[in-house]
Amino acid sequence: MGTAPIALQYGFFYFFAGLAILCAILMVCGRNVVHSAIFLIGSLLATAGIYLQLTAEFLFIVQVILYVGGIMVLFVFVIMLVNLDVASRQRQFNKQVWLAVLLTIVLGGELGLMTHVDGSIFNSVNAPQALPANTNEVATALFQTYMLPFEIASIMLLVAMVGAVLMAKRRGA
Amino acid sequence: MPYLLPVFYGIVIVLVLPLLAGYIVLLERKVMADMQARLGPMRVGPHGLLQPIADALKLLIKEGIIPAQADRWIFLAAPLVSVTMALLAYAALPFGPVFQIADLDIGLLFILAISSLGVYGIVLGGWASNSHFSLLGAMRSAAQLVSYETAAGLALVSALLLGGSLSMKSLVEAQDQAGAWFIFFAPCGFFIYLVASIAETNRAPFDLPEAESELVAGYMTEYSGFRWSLYFLAEYANMIVVAGIATTLFLGGWLRPLASFHGHILGTPIEILDIFPVIVFLGIGGYCFWRAPRQPVQIQKLVMVLFGGLFLVLAMVMFGSLFVPAAMPGIHGAFWFIAKVLVYLYAFLWFRFTFPRYRFDQLMKLGWQFLIPLALTNVLGVGVAQVLRQQLGWNAFAAFGLTLLATMGVAAWLITLGDRRDRLAAAAPAGGD
Amino acid sequence: MIPVTHYIFLSLALLTIGVIGVLTRRNVIVILMSIELILNAVNINLVAFSRMFGQVHGQVFAIFIITDAAAEAAVGLGIIIALFRNRETVLADEMDILKW
Repeated sequence: MGTAPIALQYGFFYFFAGLAILCAILMVCGRNVVHSAIFLIGSLLATAGIYLQLTAEFLFIVQVILYVGGIMVLFVFVIMLVNLDVASRQRQFNKQVWLAVLLTIVLGGELGLMTHVDGSIFNSVNAPQALPANTNEVATALFQTYMLPFEIASIMLLVAMVGAVLMAKRRGA
Repeated sequence: MPYLLPVFYGIVIVLVLPLLAGYIVLLERKVMADMQARLGPMRVGPHGLLQPIADALKLLIKEGIIPAQADRWIFLAAPLVSVTMALLAYAALPFGPVFQIADLDIGLLFILAISSLGVYGIVLGGWASNSHFSLLGAMRSAAQLVSYETAAGLALVSALLLGGSLSMKSLVEAQDQAGAWFIFFAPCGFFIYLVASIAETNRAPFDLPEAESELVAGYMTEYSGFRWSLYFLAEYANMIVVAGIATTLFLGGWLRPLASFHGHILGTPIEILDIFPVIVFLGIGGYCFWRAPRQPVQIQKLVMVLFGGLFLVLAMVMFGSLFVPAAMPGIHGAFWFIAKVLVYLYAFLWFRFTFPRYRFDQLMKLGWQFLIPLALTNVLGVGVAQVLRQQLGWNAFAAFGLTLLATMGVAAWLITLGDRRDRLAAAAPAGGD
Repeated sequence: MIPVTHYIFLSLALLTIGVIGVLTRRNVIVILMSIELILNAVNINLVAFSRMFGQVHGQVFAIFIITDAAAEAAVGLGIIIALFRNRETVLADEMDILKW
């Protein structure tokens, strides 16, 4: 997308951004949990589209494989294993809705303030137009500069796997 | 108009694929019949050659039933998700040096990602049917798919180490430069991918989730008519995709076997091995013409003559393209690619009628406790062999042969480990986690 | 490239929706899904700035965040399954044995 006409870039951005926000709102407001999960899948796929539009193709594919193809499959499995018919007939929202509205106003106002007081912080620096191959760059950074966090992440995943299996195990009779 | 050619390729694939999937179903029935000492479909068209068309028409006009309590939107959308993902994977498959819709830099990961999205078609279909059999079958199928995805991905990584890039086209070109297909460098990886791809496509002997004698039909139980045929099409399209991936990565893609052998026919610029496609098509066409007079019905004679004519036309196209150097790699490349895919699919069909079905816990045990450790060892082995060859200057045979022996040693050890675990579990008193 | 403000607004919108989901929904699974949405919003921010400066460090950080989200989702869902087995409920209000 680096060299595509700017109108096409804007078009893709607004399409994916609109889809992401729409799916996110539907997810939070949905009554049926399975529908919420499907809308979250839609939002995550739209985010993957945003990464593609930002020419971060490796992250696009990692998002689809890990987030949509892994984490959300886990969510859908658990939703289907846990019988949620009873839960869907009850009141869905708790009494803190007003706190949420207040939070929205505060966050939006904060960003508006930042942009209007001194918007120069957000002027796009002249980004290099032709970037080297994305996967090679990410791989170089991951295996050279960030090798230690990489190994720590592996250990963390191992711990999480063992922990999840232990938590979900039935106590032996 | 740089987007015209990919769009044209896309249209060709979308139009040809349902027909191809239908004929692979016919091939499966014929091979099953052959292995069971009978004839298979013979009535509809000569030798059953028009059976797929009859099946397609029947499925189109069948009534589509939606269960009353089913979640209507998800019920309607689930087969669409399955078919979309199955067809989307063709975007990155290289059928020839030019015939590829998109040569993505991350082509291999793209196809893996699409395969992992295909799980949703199954899970949502099973859940939306609002039936115990469907949900259980869908859960089992999804668990199986997810388990074997890891092993398949790791097996492909070992081929990736040899190829050096994620782009499918450059992987075939790397095999061209290396002089031998990657299956000869990493046969263990090919074996792991073969087994994992059979499990990925829910084929026997891993077809517990959808076998008729098990959970009725698993996640497809409540689907009928056109929606069921969409699931069916998705399954066979998936089979062709995994065959395509194995062909591209391990079997040399569109390369001719012995691609570096350039012996020419006396005096002509034609290479001896390039005559092979022409001979094959001439043989099949001749066989069709020879069988035509023996058909019992007049219309079947006609259909047989038409098929014979079709194969003769293909033979002429193959022969003619030998003299057009610009088109030859494309057309002959497509022939070799499809031939290798058919050989791989024949292996699928063969295994279906040879091996008994795996029980579900045996299936999961095989995936997690045998294939994944073996795939990891294979990646390690191929990496070590590459280092030995490139940085220490060993001979390719010695390096890869040594690591192959080491990997097979690890495989034997894993099998004895599994046997010991089974023996202990059988001897211990039942119950208790 | 599109001015980075666009991506910041998108990220903020998704973050706000995610926070609203965490604060207002009673179903614990939807709360977990909203947390995933928040992590996603942060990722968009990181990748946008990474592209703006032409470096890859933001994307590497985003990969680590995705890994983190996977681990957290796995453990969180394991806890939910254990809770559901003991209490037969997935509503956050009803899990209040620690309240005095």
